[in-house]
Amino acid sequence: MRTLRVGVDVGGTNTDAAAVDRDGTVVARHKATTSGDLMVGIRQALAAVLADVDRQAVTRLVLGTTQAVNAIVERRMLARVGVLRIGAPATSLVPPFTGWPGDLVEQAGGPVAMVRGGHDHEGKELAPLDEDAVAAFAAACAHRADAVAVAATGSVVNADHEQRAADMLDRLLPSCTVTPAHRVGGPGLIERENAAILNGALTGVIARLVRALGAALRELGLDCATYLTENDGTLLTADRAARYPVRTIASGPTNSMRGAHHLSGLDDAVVVDVGGSSTDVGVLSGGFPRVSTMPTEIGGVRTNYLLPDLISSALGGGSVVRPAPDGGYAVGPQSVGAAISTDALIFGGAVLTLSDVSVVAGRTAFGTVPASQLPVDGPTAAAVVASVDRRLAELTDRIRASAGTLPLVAVGGAAHLVPDELPGIRAVVRPADGAVANAVGAAVAEASGTAHRVYRFDLTSRRACLDEARQLAHEAAVRAGAAPDRVRITRIFEVPLAHLPGDSARVVVTAAGPLAEP
Amino acid sequence: MQQVDSADVDDLALGAAVLGCGGGGDAHLAKLMLHRAIDLHGPVPVVQAGDVPADGLVLPVAVAGAPAVLAEQFPGEGDARRALEAMQRYAGRRGVAVLPLGIGGIRTLFPLVAAAEVGLPCIDADGMRRPFPRLETTLFTLAGIDVSPVCVVGALGNTLVIDATDNHTGERLTRAAVAELGMVATVAAYPMNGEQCRAHAALGSLSRCREVGRLLRAIHSGTPGAHAAFLASTGAQVVFSGTVTDVLRRTSRGSTRGTATLEHLAEPDRLLRVDFQNENLVVTEAGRAVATVPDAITLLDVDTGWPVTTDSVTYGQRVEVLVVPAHERWREPDGLALGGPRAFGYDLDYVDRGLPV
Repeated sequence: MRTLRVGVDVGGTNTDAAAVDRDGTVVARHKATTSGDLMVGIRQALAAVLADVDRQAVTRLVLGTTQAVNAIVERRMLARVGVLRIGAPATSLVPPFTGWPGDLVEQAGGPVAMVRGGHDHEGKELAPLDEDAVAAFAAACAHRADAVAVAATGSVVNADHEQRAADMLDRLLPSCTVTPAHRVGGPGLIERENAAILNGALTGVIARLVRALGAALRELGLDCATYLTENDGTLLTADRAARYPVRTIASGPTNSMRGAHHLSGLDDAVVVDVGGSSTDVGVLSGGFPRVSTMPTEIGGVRTNYLLPDLISSALGGGSVVRPAPDGGYAVGPQSVGAAISTDALIFGGAVLTLSDVSVVAGRTAFGTVPASQLPVDGPTAAAVVASVDRRLAELTDRIRASAGTLPLVAVGGAAHLVPDELPGIRAVVRPADGAVANAVGAAVAEASGTAHRVYRFDLTSRRACLDEARQLAHEAAVRAGAAPDRVRITRIFEVPLAHLPGDSARVVVTAAGPLAEP
Repeated sequence: MQQVDSADVDDLALGAAVLGCGGGGDAHLAKLMLHRAIDLHGPVPVVQAGDVPADGLVLPVAVAGAPAVLAEQFPGEGDARRALEAMQRYAGRRGVAVLPLGIGGIRTLFPLVAAAEVGLPCIDADGMRRPFPRLETTLFTLAGIDVSPVCVVGALGNTLVIDATDNHTGERLTRAAVAELGMVATVAAYPMNGEQCRAHAALGSLSRCREVGRLLRAIHSGTPGAHAAFLASTGAQVVFSGTVTDVLRRTSRGSTRGTATLEHLAEPDRLLRVDFQNENLVVTEAGRAVATVPDAITLLDVDTGWPVTTDSVTYGQRVEVLVVPAHERWREPDGLALGGPRAFGYDLDYVDRGLPV
């Protein structure tokens, strides 16, 4: 029977894989090192996990990756994007690419046009779409853009002009990927347009990974559906991920939090993920990551994505520990990262890392060199570990929203650095497979759907509008593959729109559920 | 302050957000507009009100519209120029400087964009020293200066000139015009001369915004003593530090009304309520008002150091409630009648916290 789900998470230091059975139990796991060619780590981790299970039983493979966000932050492999703004003469005070970092525009900036058209806040046409201007923009893009982003005023309420222009550009520029902004972003023209441009810039990045993954699966004799995880931790088919790569930018940290939820069974908890070079601290609320209320910037570009509210710190198992001028010790931000298994003292290397200190302090036991032979004395190790405890306590306290106490789930390869007691924390939970929580989170990811609407409650009723949005989200989740009888509403977001006539509000409803079994 | 260049924009926007009392529109959009205007036209010259010729025509300007609509449909190039030219045509003479009508969010930065566009200096002053949602709630109305002609330019380039019998009627007609123009408009109003501006505007507003932003940024970067310096310089008092435990919001006649409830960080039995209508207006503890409009009430996120808008205040945020003193003119009887708690429908007297002027 086909009952296994395999998750793979490609992180900066490690590539983790985990196989999870129908009951949600982790039946195989592996941690490989991430190398320059991502496929090397992916193949190795997958092969190790598949060696322990019946590969015929695998129904799906889910990949979580920070590839997209890294490509933007590091300005690597980006496509050149032409931008069509629909809404002129309004909005011309802030043309496309305003406020973008210069080096990013240099790499990803293509031809720009602002043409007449768009819709107002109620979806009424502001001006007819200037189709001649769209055609002229297409001509300007020929051979000067690999992708095109289209953003129209009001397209969240009425996407007619945006979609019509996108369809025209699809016909006129067959070799370009066209992104209509309403497919990748919410209200706020500039932020939505930015998301569409980033999506265009990432066209090749995830597509290449998806192709390479397909080849690796064939080599390994694995015949199953492949997915990536979206920013909210739910599934995106590999094809759609290749089409909308920007929607995978936060999948890494989200997967680790969803994995922590799955492994611990806790709906509300602080999650601390300690990796090789960094620690992410977030909060689970109802089983999903709490999202940030601050505007999110990706590689210096403002978007309106709801990304997990995380505090990150350069603190990990590979963090380098050095004597400090004040007689104490400084921890990080440098890390030996993936080289821990050769460079750390416990592996016979020459660099004092946090993992060495943790072993001497008795927090964990691993490596090839016994603790007694390490050149670190007990009191020193205790002092360094205490300083790390204080940093973790501070991070935990900053992320904790309410005065009540929460449990904490410690995950990641270096979760041993998390102490058993922290202020404001009821209990520290250490799931058995916490080291690969991110891969587990990917394996158990659910299908979801979201409905974005602007409503006037006074025309019908608030209840009727919310019911409609719930229904639309439910339908979207089922279209994405969720089992209809197990779909539940995971988020309702309602913002009254100040100064609009009537009782207007923006409503965003998300529904999610486990995949319908084939 | 002699000019605003690119290096000033972030501090100005941050200070404007603090003085925005939780409202005032998206400062980020305004920042992008101003950066671009400076790229195109160079730094915007700034003049003190006292240096404007006494009989020179001063052109106050603002952008009107709901923040959510502005985020989709903001003004285009030339809108500010059209509004200011309409005003100059009506006055029959050329203007000498642009003046921000109010302070906070986009209200502080948009007039600088307008000034850059028409090539005039911007005056380091404003007509409110905080945001008010109504065009008539200005220090100029208190001084008997006529709001008319109000020159309104819509996003598609339509221009209306409103000549009203009084400022209250001017506000009503302008509101109707803005609604008809698609809920976003560039508005020029209260044409006045340099002497009137010097005598009645709140002075030093742009410098103040920039300074508030600079002091707040010092807190962000962890400069020792920055918080105390911020309070000392702004004259702000921290009336409460707490976690947001509940937020209620609804729209009523075009504005966001609601309340946020806070639980004190150190003494969980103490609860505080903040009432808002676009901007924060009244702060109540144990049934007693402890701060009211026209003082500027701002919530500051303790963890990020950023001001929290009434649209973005959420459950779980840890905030400090700051009260910054209102301009002295607002604290006189006629000022309180126009801009005090009763003008917003609260059956309350202004709470004089004895703040420095």
